[in-house]
Formats: sequence, C-alpha cells, structure tokens
Amino acid sequence: MTSVSRWVLVFYCIYLLLPLYWLMTMALRSNSDITGKFEVIPSNPTLVNFAEIFSNPIWYQAFGNSLSYVILNTLISICVALPAAYVFSRYRFLGDRQLFFWLLTNRMAPPAVFLLPFFQLYSSIGLFDTPLAVALAHCLFTVPLSVWILEGFMSGVPSEVDEMAKIDGHSFPYFFFRVFIPINRGAIGVTLFFCFMFSWVELLLARTLTGSTTKPIVVVMTRTVSASGLDWGVLAAAGALTVVPGIIVVWFVRKHLVKGFALGRV
Amino acid sequence: MATNKPYDNRAWLGVLPVLLIVAFSAVIPLMTVVNYSVQDILDFNSRFYVGLDWYRETLQDPRFIDAFGRQVLFSFSVLAIEIPLGILVARGLPKSGVWTSILLILLAVPLLIPWNVVGTIWQIYARSDIGLLGVGLNELGLAFNYTSNPTHAWLTLIAMDVWHWTSLVALLSFAGLTSVPPAYYQAAELDGASKWQVFRYVEMPRLGGVLVIAVLLRLMDSFMIYTEPFVLTGGGPGNATTFLSQYLATMAVGQFDLGPAAAFSVIYFLFILLFCWIFYNSVMSDDNEAQHHD
Repeated sequence: MTSVSRWVLVFYCIYLLLPLYWLMTMALRSNSDITGKFEVIPSNPTLVNFAEIFSNPIWYQAFGNSLSYVILNTLISICVALPAAYVFSRYRFLGDRQLFFWLLTNRMAPPAVFLLPFFQLYSSIGLFDTPLAVALAHCLFTVPLSVWILEGFMSGVPSEVDEMAKIDGHSFPYFFFRVFIPINRGAIGVTLFFCFMFSWVELLLARTLTGSTTKPIVVVMTRTVSASGLDWGVLAAAGALTVVPGIIVVWFVRKHLVKGFALGRV
Repeated sequence: MATNKPYDNRAWLGVLPVLLIVAFSAVIPLMTVVNYSVQDILDFNSRFYVGLDWYRETLQDPRFIDAFGRQVLFSFSVLAIEIPLGILVARGLPKSGVWTSILLILLAVPLLIPWNVVGTIWQIYARSDIGLLGVGLNELGLAFNYTSNPTHAWLTLIAMDVWHWTSLVALLSFAGLTSVPPAYYQAAELDGASKWQVFRYVEMPRLGGVLVIAVLLRLMDSFMIYTEPFVLTGGGPGNATTFLSQYLATMAVGQFDLGPAAAFSVIYFLFILLFCWIFYNSVMSDDNEAQHHD
C-alpha cells in the first residue's frame, strides 16, 4: 500500500508540474510567440512580461491591496474560530449541531445574484471600497471553514489533556494559550493556509466591494485584455507571481504541520 | 463530534463571535435574494409581487434541468477521483525532511493560482495546435480537440479540476495523518497488522474528520464552479459544458432578469444544502453507531 502511494505521488507530481511548466514558458514568451507556434522549450525567452508588471504601479498596488484584506481576513478568522472550535470540540449545548452545520451553509450561496445585496449592505454602512469590507465579506466562508478544520483536529486531542492542566492548577487562559494552542499548531497552520488561499483567489466579492483605488490583484488580472485581445504572456507572468505570497505562508506553516501533534511535550 | 461531552450552555459564549461575524454577512443578503425571487423587477421603482411563479418556471425550464444533470455528473466525477487520489498522495508524502517541504509547496501552488489563470493555463495547455497536452495527445495518434468535441471538453474540464483541487484533499489528509501518534504504528507493527489494516484501523479513524470537511468543500465548490469552465470552454461546444452557475450568470448579468435569477439562486442553494445535509447526516449517524458498538 505504501509503495502504491509513493508511485501515485510521483505520477501526480509530474501531472502537477507539466501545466506549471507551461505557465512558466508562457510567462517567458511574447504574446505573438505563444499563439504563433508550438515550442516545448522557448527559443526566444524574454522578460518583457515581467518588466510590464514591475514597471506599472497598478500591478504592485493591486498586490498590496490584496495582501491587506487577505491578512486582515486571516487574522479575524483565526481569532474568532479558535474559541468556537474549542467549545464545539469539548461541549454539547443547545443547537450545537444545527449551528455547526449552518455555518458551512454560508459557503453554498451561488454568488452571481448575491453580489448586489452585498454591495448594498456594505455601501449602506460606509465600508465600500475599504479592505475591511472585503475581509469581512470573505469571513462568510473562511470563518466556517476555520471552525470546521480546527474542530476536526481539536476533537482528536483527548480531553485528558484539559483535565491534566486543571489538576496541575493551571488557570483556563494559561491552559488555552500555553498548552492547547501549541498542541494544535499543526491544525492552526493548515487553517491559516486555507483562509489565506480562499481569500487570495476569491474574485467576485472582491471585485464587487472595491472601487478604483483598492482593486486587488485578481481583479487587475482580468483586465489584461487590451485592444489586440488577451495578453497571454502578461497574464501568465502575473499568475506566476501571485503564488509567491501563498508559498511564503506554506513555508512558515510547514514546520508546524510536519511536527503534527506534539502530545509528548505537555 | 464525539457524543460523550458535557452539556453546558455557557459554551455559547465561545461561539458568539463567530455567529455574529458570519450572520452579519449572511442574513441580509439571503433575505434580499429571497425577496427578489418573489417579485417581477422591471427596474427598482416598479416591481410586482408574483408569488412562486419564478420557482415554478425555473423548475420546468428544460435548460435548467439539463444544466443540473451536467452539474451532478461533473461534481460526482471529480469527487470520485479527487478524494481517493488525495488520500493516496498524502500517504505517499514523506513524513519529514527536505522533500516534505518541497512537495507541500508544490501541492499548494495550484490552489494559489487565481481561477481565471487556471482556466487560461489549461485553455492554452490543451490546445491541439500550441499546447503541450493537446499537441502531445495528437502526436500519440489521438485526434484530441476540446474545442469541437464535447467528450474531450468534458475530459479536459475534469483533468483541470483534478489538477486544481486534489491538493486540497491531499493537504488536509496529510495534516490528518501527521496527527496519528507514532506509537499507534509501532503497536500495529507488533500486532503484525497488514498495510491495509494499518490504513483501515489506524489511519482512517484519524482521517475521518478531515475527510468529511474535504468531501463537503469539494462538493460545494464543484457544484458552484464558474470561472474555470467559463475561461476554458465558455460552456461549449454547444451547451455541453454549461453548468448551473454559468446559466445563472447569463440570466442575472446578461439579461438582468433579477427575479427569475434570484429564484434560480434559491433553488440552487437548496440543492447544495440538501446534498451536503444528506452526506453530513449519513456520516454522523455512522459515527454514532460506531460509538454504540465500542
């Protein structure tokens, strides 16, 4: 079984890499070159697409705009989801199962028609065109997701851990912040990544709730259509660059993920 | 959720922030859409109450029924591939070391690419004149052309979704697997458990929770897929790959039929809800039975 998994992994990685390789070759070719001929290895590699992005302030402002609401959203999501996931994993209470399921139903709304009321809601409270508006709107799906992922992992931590802390005379805040959160840092790492990822790639709400000054990167990307049609090269270069912040997040959470549940340290 | 937990309503204090922050963005838009769905909206000053007419019309619309059928087929196809594949990939990952870091990052990359770019990559990659996949398949003697052949368009869409989203299942499963205490593996080895038994009785119980999340996420998101097919095939050839959200978008944005589009959205929402509820409840009742047997 393990050797089967290993082979699956190897083939899957090749399957993952081929389109990524194609993205990179597109980013390094001019638009007419991409549509003009088939080449496995670019014969005239060029950096004009990247130069276009780095020289145009619209692109790097958009990068900053995206980062500001994504970071805000991730922080809010983790902070509110931690206590909620803890009580879901440790207690039964009136309406717990219904509430737990209801949270996830908020991910199920097909966006096309919901965008208009979102726009009205955030305009009426004066948040339109601010990073906070997008961060709060994204909470609609990142918060339920965080609660679900964290609860899944916290339920796996035996309640003896809680009782031991109590017997040792630790207060609840001490237990929660110094014992329980460190145990679950793998889970928090995964949750952090998924919040970041879903908020980073979301397009429709981000487009609806931002004006000209706070346009995020995903929206600017849909505008690489010029008079001469879609500029594949610039789009590919921008696509390659947009994964960088997420990779940095993975790099930081990976250690915690790999260590998993360090129960031995309690 | 385990059932042997203490009952304490003070736990509500812990979920209150979550409830408030989600309800803020959830309740008002949903009520507004329900409100639209029972009205004929010519413009925002002249609207008429039409009751359930739009609902009746949507459910009898053959284009809705066709799109719904395609949607169900698509969602179940990608789930059937992505869930087992994701588990196998997660099991194949080394538990620590440099390769773990490299592979985790590689797995994360497709998830981090904006969805319109994912569609664009595959649109070029699969083209039979200038794309690696398209040209490659044609070199192998297959007359592959996703822009004219509906079956090829379907296979390309599924291949793209598997490429895009299997990582989600794999990353969640990997996090679940690292939570299996090493002592469990040692105990299983001492007992002479087969590899299958290790998977079934040591790893699966720990994976259960994260797999429920993975299945629900993939079910919901694949049911609402919009951007990628829009870019890749534009719903074609013909209507072969027009899924529900694309049909909805042409109604809401293209024709500005807000009333029918809102009724469509509510029905759409209720179907996703129904599928998820059935799945969630069947998993949870299995859980309860398993605990009675213990």
